[in-house]
Amino acid sequence: MKARYLYAVLAVSLALSVTACGKKETAEEQPAKPAAATVSAPVDPATAGAITGTVKLDGAAPKAQRIRMDAEPNCAKMHSTPVMDEEYVVGDKGALANVVVYVKDGLGNRTFDTPKETVVLDQNGCVYKPHVVAVRVNQPVEIVNSDPTTHNVHPVPTNNKEWNKSQPPKAEKIVETFAREEVAIPVKCNVHPWMKSYIAVFKHPYFKITGKDGAFEIKNLPPGEYTLVAWHGVLGPSAEQKVTIGAKETKAIEFSFKAQ
Amino acid sequence: MTTTTNRGLHRFAIFTACWTLFLLVAGALVTSNDAGLAVPDWPLSYGSLTPPMVGGIFYEHGHRMVATMAGLLTIILAVWVSRRESRAWMRRLGWAALGAVIAQGLLGGITVKFFLPPWVSVAHAAVAQSFFCILVALALFTSSWWQSDVQVIRYSEHPPVRDRAIKAVVAIFIQLLLGAAYRHHALGLLPHLLGAAVVPAFVLSATSSTRDRRLNAAPALARCGAVLKHVLCAQLVLGGAALWSRLSTQHAPQPMPVMVFFTVAHTAVGALTLAAAVLVVLVSYRVLGPALPGEVNASPSPMTGQESGAA
Repeated sequence: MKARYLYAVLAVSLALSVTACGKKETAEEQPAKPAAATVSAPVDPATAGAITGTVKLDGAAPKAQRIRMDAEPNCAKMHSTPVMDEEYVVGDKGALANVVVYVKDGLGNRTFDTPKETVVLDQNGCVYKPHVVAVRVNQPVEIVNSDPTTHNVHPVPTNNKEWNKSQPPKAEKIVETFAREEVAIPVKCNVHPWMKSYIAVFKHPYFKITGKDGAFEIKNLPPGEYTLVAWHGVLGPSAEQKVTIGAKETKAIEFSFKAQ
Repeated sequence: MTTTTNRGLHRFAIFTACWTLFLLVAGALVTSNDAGLAVPDWPLSYGSLTPPMVGGIFYEHGHRMVATMAGLLTIILAVWVSRRESRAWMRRLGWAALGAVIAQGLLGGITVKFFLPPWVSVAHAAVAQSFFCILVALALFTSSWWQSDVQVIRYSEHPPVRDRAIKAVVAIFIQLLLGAAYRHHALGLLPHLLGAAVVPAFVLSATSSTRDRRLNAAPALARCGAVLKHVLCAQLVLGGAALWSRLSTQHAPQPMPVMVFFTVAHTAVGALTLAAAVLVVLVSYRVLGPALPGEVNASPSPMTGQESGAA
């Protein structure tokens, strides 16, 4: 009788463990949204306009933190100076780098041909270069390992298929595409947990990544009313801005993020 | 087959339980170092048994090697128990341990293949704790104390220690699940914090009842209760330290050693807290017995492991 009670206690604890089992949804399992009628109208360069501007950080930027590579001598020996993390790269007067500025709305059902040229994401010095890349839906992304150590490349999307591939030194390039628009997919290396990058995926060509001057210019836009958003890896998306441009018109706007 | 104390088997069971605690530490290191997917393939690592042990691969492949050893030890233990034990329930428990370690290995594989689904990772953590408790129980059941003439305290109305200890086990186990759910991003921190406020009440209720004066003739129970209380105190301190270290390093570009240390220690001592509570339950079953027919008052009487059904 006692033994039965004992078994019951053990069985309940095991059952609790097993029933805790769950399942993560993947993008593969999500039903594809029905496609709306699309128009592949070319943009007329004679009437196309542009939107320019800058992205700034309002307030003091958090102090850049040093990446500690001591645990991986292959990485540490590639740097003679301390390596700082690139989440916040701030230039003069608060100019914010590594921000993706893009047209969120206003293009209607226009479609655009997928570029064939590859976008390269390099693992160099145990750091992803560049820190942020932007590609088009189904455009090839070429991932290179320039380091004398093994990496794994692990994008963690919410709207695309997740994958995780190893890439030893001198291994073949990994060439992948992303089938759905997503801003932006974090890319991790779990071998070196400080390594982080972002891949923004767009259906159209109207996006730019800011450099250290925080500037952007989105060209060749057909006249119309657009909604623009700026996105930063830590700060997320900015408030939307509506801009109307006429034929051959260039308008300037500014995005500002509050420092956290 | 006879149920005589087998020192070798008992020591081997203790070693396997200790190795399993080491395995829990190795698993906690994987999670804390964010290395769960440092090896994309399974069951091999980078298509090999000997991948380059760099960065997160050291933690993930190291965990797999320690787990493989735990599996081998459990196979030996299950076979040894089945060959040496006359207690049928002990043989079944040995095979249950083997089943648990196999299930655990498969759950580990699923976490890799499906990119750490949060609730599968929680299940992986929970089965780890259950497996550890089974091994601790096997170590206890194979001890000479368990199988000797233990003085059984007979009561027509037994002290509440057993019921309270069972409630403490359930409470601790749920708290471990909530902790794992937080670590694996299935739930936020609040449920685990609320659990931390509730669990001590269950545990202290159980440990205080082990000091019931009617149990003076069962010093083993009081000792287990004292161990449980001290381990719980250590766990609460480590929980606070783990939370502090996590918050103070949350903007760091990588897992920082101070956070890894306190979080891993908190996980390991959590397993020890559960094991200590399980011991209080098991020992209470061993030393407390129902009154014999015609007996009204408490009267400690010797009882052998065979008599008690060895539980």
